[in-house]
Amino acid sequence: MIEITTTRHNPLIDPSLHIWGWEIPVYLFLGGMVAGMMLISGYFMFSGRYKETNCSCYYLPIMSFILLSLGMFALFLDLEHKFYVWRLYTTFQITSPMSWGSWILILVYPILFANMLMRPHRLLLEKIPHVKKWHEYLHAHPLLIRNLGVVTMFFGAAIGLYTGVLLSSLGARPLWSSSILWMLFLVSGLSGAAAFVHVIAKNVYERELLAKADNGFLILELFIIAVFLIGLSSNSDVHAKAVDLLLIGKFASIFWVFVIGMGIVIPLFIQLLAVNHKIRHTPIAPLMVIIGGLILRFVIVAAGQYSHWYALTN
Amino acid sequence: MARFGMVIDTAKCVGCQDCVVACKTENNVPEGFCRDWIKTEVTGTFPTLHMEIRSERCNHCSDAPCVSACPTGASHYHDVGGIVLVDHEECIGCKACIASCPYDARFVHPEGYVDKCTFCVHRVEKGMDPACVSVCPTHCMHFGDLDDPDSEVNKLLNSRKHHALLPEAGTKPNIFYLT
Amino acid sequence: MAISRRRFLKITGATFGAVAATSAINPVIKGAKKIEEKTVKPVKGIVKIPTYCDICFWKCGAVAYLKDGKLWKIEGNPEDPLSKGRLCPRGTGGIGAHYDENRLKAPLLRKGSRGKEEFVQVTWDEALDFIARKMKKIKSDYGPESMVLFSHGVGGTFFKHLMKAYGTPNLTAPSFAQCRGPREIGFDLTYGDAIGSPERTDLKNAECIVLIGSHIGENMHNTQVQEFSAAVEKGASIIVVDPRFSVAASKAKYYLPIKPGTDIALLLAWMNVIVNEKLYDEEFINKYAFGFEQFKYEISKYTPEWAYIETTIEPELIRKTAREMARYKPATIVHPGRHTTWYGNDTQRSRAIALLNALMGNWGKKGGFYLPYKYEIPKYPYPPYPKPAREAADNPNHKYPFAEGEKLSTGLREATLTEKPYPIKGWFVYGTNLTQSLPNRKETIEAIQKLDLIVVVDVVPSEIAGWADVVLPESVYLERYDDLNTPLFREGFVSLRQPVVDSPHDQKPNWWIAKKLGEKLGLQKYFPWKNIEEYLDTRLKLAGLSLKELKKKGVIKAPEEPVYLDKNEDPEFYTPTGKIEFYSLQLKEKGFDPVPKYTRPEEPPAGYFRLLYGRAPVHTFSKTQSNKLLSDLMQENELWINADVARRMGIKNGEYVRLKNQDGIVSNKVKAKVTERIRTDCVFMVHGFGQQSKMYRKTFEKGASDSQLITRYKVDPIMGGTGMNVNFVTIEWEV
Ligand SMILES: Nc1nc2c(c(=O)[nH]1)N[C@H]1C(S)=C(S)[C@@H](COP(=O)(O)OP(=O)(O)OC[C@H]3O[C@@H](n4cnc5c(=O)[nH]c(N)nc54)[C@H](O)[C@@H]3O)O[C@H]1N2
Ligand SMILES: Nc1nc2c(c(=O)[nH]1)N[C@H]1C(S)=C(S)[C@@H](COP(=O)(O)OP(=O)(O)OC[C@H]3O[C@@H](n4cnc5c(=O)[nH]c(N)nc54)[C@H](O)[C@@H]3O)O[C@H]1N2
Ligand code: SF4
Ligand code: SF4
Ligand code: SF4
Ligand code: SF4
Ligand code: SF4
Ligand SMILES: [Mo]
Repeated sequence: MIEITTTRHNPLIDPSLHIWGWEIPVYLFLGGMVAGMMLISGYFMFSGRYKETNCSCYYLPIMSFILLSLGMFALFLDLEHKFYVWRLYTTFQITSPMSWGSWILILVYPILFANMLMRPHRLLLEKIPHVKKWHEYLHAHPLLIRNLGVVTMFFGAAIGLYTGVLLSSLGARPLWSSSILWMLFLVSGLSGAAAFVHVIAKNVYERELLAKADNGFLILELFIIAVFLIGLSSNSDVHAKAVDLLLIGKFASIFWVFVIGMGIVIPLFIQLLAVNHKIRHTPIAPLMVIIGGLILRFVIVAAGQYSHWYALTN
Repeated sequence: MARFGMVIDTAKCVGCQDCVVACKTENNVPEGFCRDWIKTEVTGTFPTLHMEIRSERCNHCSDAPCVSACPTGASHYHDVGGIVLVDHEECIGCKACIASCPYDARFVHPEGYVDKCTFCVHRVEKGMDPACVSVCPTHCMHFGDLDDPDSEVNKLLNSRKHHALLPEAGTKPNIFYLT
Repeated sequence: MAISRRRFLKITGATFGAVAATSAINPVIKGAKKIEEKTVKPVKGIVKIPTYCDICFWKCGAVAYLKDGKLWKIEGNPEDPLSKGRLCPRGTGGIGAHYDENRLKAPLLRKGSRGKEEFVQVTWDEALDFIARKMKKIKSDYGPESMVLFSHGVGGTFFKHLMKAYGTPNLTAPSFAQCRGPREIGFDLTYGDAIGSPERTDLKNAECIVLIGSHIGENMHNTQVQEFSAAVEKGASIIVVDPRFSVAASKAKYYLPIKPGTDIALLLAWMNVIVNEKLYDEEFINKYAFGFEQFKYEISKYTPEWAYIETTIEPELIRKTAREMARYKPATIVHPGRHTTWYGNDTQRSRAIALLNALMGNWGKKGGFYLPYKYEIPKYPYPPYPKPAREAADNPNHKYPFAEGEKLSTGLREATLTEKPYPIKGWFVYGTNLTQSLPNRKETIEAIQKLDLIVVVDVVPSEIAGWADVVLPESVYLERYDDLNTPLFREGFVSLRQPVVDSPHDQKPNWWIAKKLGEKLGLQKYFPWKNIEEYLDTRLKLAGLSLKELKKKGVIKAPEEPVYLDKNEDPEFYTPTGKIEFYSLQLKEKGFDPVPKYTRPEEPPAGYFRLLYGRAPVHTFSKTQSNKLLSDLMQENELWINADVARRMGIKNGEYVRLKNQDGIVSNKVKAKVTERIRTDCVFMVHGFGQQSKMYRKTFEKGASDSQLITRYKVDPIMGGTGMNVNFVTIEWEV
């Protein structure tokens, strides 16, 4: 028997950490979506298939721009000392993923703008001569588009990586201290982005393609989740206890029902039927994937805060 | 270079929380918050029990994850003795440092910045002991330079059994508990 | 104008602004004016002022710090022998008393019936006129002896003086019959001398310390804690006897988890072993013991095997610990305890402790009981007091033959209730929360209902203030002078309490209240000094010191005197035989056991637990609960319950429960602390919580009150102390 008492009762810290509410999971989710979108649009630009996949390359950049800005706004809302936010950009802290992240996010904006030049809005084309010039210039140089695709993919991956590393660098929370959390978030972002195209794409070819891709991402995601959990479990008892939170503990029902069941397995099943033309495509499945991705971030952020090095003695 | 740390004798500590109150008045810690606290660990079954009482606070880790997590440099090692401090004017309140501290030593001050034990740097720089150390009625706390082989803290560490908190978290904490 | 309870809440809780607003209705609130009048600019920077602490009665020397004129912190005065520069947590948090939002702000006069907590604010003049009128009437109708002063702490000095001048012998405090009484009498009967406060225990030099329930470390009497920890550091052998694994127990080499109420059996068995094995200090006993042979014969039957059945302590452990004590004699001390009113046989238990110590030969020895001395500061040259026509009413016909030295608080309560030996018609209550500190609050309340006058001087609207006719708001210790502190200690010294900050409202210091009331009672000749500075300076000058000097230093030490006996020096014992009385003819003569005997305590009925109580390091009784600095560390108390028992009963840690005692009294809800640290046959809670005064908002029903559940008490027939560990409770779920 071990009995531990503490006199500490600091708000947001005790009895268990809860410094991050909805803002951070939403931010991580949106960041992941943007990462996925950039990877997809970047890939199509790089492979020169931007003409066939008009949605991916033409809608995703503007969507990314909106989602990223919403995400940054959520992050801003979470800050406790808001008026000092500019301090992020007077320094670069090499060891801090959050510093990396802030700078990456800043760099992503010009890339997204460049992406948007692929097919600017009609109004912009008409009103701003420069836009028209650049737009035409871009389309006159396919190699430039190829390179822009590479850069877009690179930064997409960077954002995806960052959203995972942000948490996994916080070694004090055993649930997060996994080196493949970034992969999980990246693949989840990819599947969310693919699902998004799946929902909005009018082009049947593109829709089918992305649905197929999404199925691949979902299978990969299941696999990574398994590796993530098994890896943590075999790390130490503290980490195993943290994994228990998801598998059998406080967060198990949300994890199994919403993340695994409704977020991956069921939509995967539906989409498999759809791509094999057993049933018609339905927006329900991709929507479930997207919502599942959001809940995944919520669960990981909440359970991670709950997990603790002292778990064994408490 | 100096490396400041504490050596706390759990055999003498009675868990009275004087160190906690002293910190509150000395540093004007807001109501409802504390920079230091008492943890009691009881093992065994009645009446064969062992109890360790510890006065805990920020460990001023030499490998402080809070510092490496901080995106603005607000969390930093002070020039004097490697004390880990937060610059209120640089802190944006992102709480990455809080999430990264395995000891939960930090909190968000009602004014928005992140706060924690400063090792009473304002006193230490004047050659005084931190408030909690100097108030302790059992004299169980000792403050000093862990890099100085002749310091009282080092002598204690060399002569007594001791442990630090969560060494497995890899933070290189600088508070040691004599048992 | 009647002020309802709600209204009152507002007044006591209001900030200055709100008080100022009410002054339109009641233009006589001086506090409001006072603040406006304050024109002196606060001094910039840091100012240090020495004083002494009043969060408990230990009176540690302290230094208060002001930062830009605002009270910042308080530290121990390094020159002070009691604190040695370090206060206890309560002392460190003492500044919270000044900032307490629940403070009383102006004098109050009762409107509704007693206990309804309905008051109007009045001026000091009105309040004191009212009291003086009533007191004069009591004097003329019943005689001055019909006034009782309950007063605890040094702040009561001038009220004691006032009451003696008024002519009553009935001055009392709960610190005797509810606290140290049995110990002092037990030691007095044995050594002809008392232990005193601060205790004359040489803990820091002891090589073996035996604590029988004394929960040093939770009981935060500063010097004792400091010395105990010094002994621990030096590797002293600690033996702790407690049904609860106290903090001190966690420092012990031997922990004896005794069955509550059976300590005398253990003490007898220890003495049996020590005497049988001839482990005692023979030379000391031969020279100084009276009746040792009878004693030896008496205790020969109390073997460790016999004691095992009573105490549940293994015979081998009893033997081992007895030998351990003997090994370090005379540097072994069996601490006499302080709050010793447990089971009604407490004087005899204290006597047993006194005798066990005598076997160690530790009187006047290093590591034993040192011989304290004090800084003799002459009293103020007052005119002689009138001699009361009647004896004190606390102990009619000397029912408790050895109730000496101090008056019995509960005896005076009984006199009030029964009007015997004569009617008691007025209570003046200073700094003591009687509904919390006297057992069986129903009796206290019934007694109050018989009074013509009850005045309470307090700093917050405490429980007892709610029952008062007149409530007088006092300045807290940081805002006033008090009398000098010159205790008997291992170093003689004098220390000063002086104001550090102004009172925030219309609070007044005790000396001012006493003097003003004295004048209204026509007793001005007893208050010849203009103010307390003059009083203090007069006393100090008589000792060759001055107030000016003491104000600067806070503490002045007397020339050093030896506190141990020289090798060839004989101790003096002021007993009838001049020796340590192992066999007490005094007791025998009055029909008591001349050598302590053991009687088995009543067992809790099935399903019941014995209710034990004690201290938490961060609170003093019921007087610190609204101090924000301290309440932040502990808001409410917990019910300690053994983990096995809790598991069987299905009680979870942290869950709220209620207690019901043998008389059907149900407590307020209290959090269960499910723990290995206590026996299965008892539960424990910290005293002072669960106050039921609605106007005392910060504390209202926070936690449960042990006092409320102590409806039963067992009176010590020797000296009238009230044993309070005799209540049994069951646990009910919070619904
Ligand atoms: N049930 C139970 N009863 C007990 C005890 C127990 O443990 N349990 N302990 C016993 C013991 S050991 C003792 S010594 C007594 C103590 O008994 P008390 O002396 O009655 O102790 P408190 O309950 O703290 O009451 C002190 C009162 O003084 C007020 N006060 C505080 N500061 C000042 C001040 O500066 N001026 C004035 N005028 N008033 C002030 C407080 O607000 C409070 O109302 O109780 C005894 N009774
Ligand atoms: N922080 C703080 N410190 C204080 C005070 C305070 O209010 N707050 N008050 C001061 C005052 S005035 C006093 S009188 C002292 C009181 O403090 P002490 O004299 O040290 O202790 P008690 O109140 O007598 O006893 C409480 C302890 O006795 C144990 N006990 C209960 N029943 C038995 C029994 O049958 N046998 C044995 N062996 N042990 C038993 C309890 O488990 C508990 O540990 O504290 C002083 N110190
Ligand atoms: S002040 Fe000292 S004895 Fe008290 S809890 Fe703190 S470290 Fe322990
Ligand atoms: S204890 Fe926590 S806050 Fe302090 S230095 Fe270490 S990681 Fe940072
Ligand atoms: S909350 Fe402040 S100190 Fe902590 S990591 Fe963020 S900026 Fe740095
Ligand atoms: S070192 Fe200073 S800031 Fe840190 S806990 Fe002690 S008193 Fe507080
Ligand atoms: S023991 Fe603590 S509360 Fe009592 S006088 Fe000393 S410092 Fe003050
Ligand atoms: Mo007491």
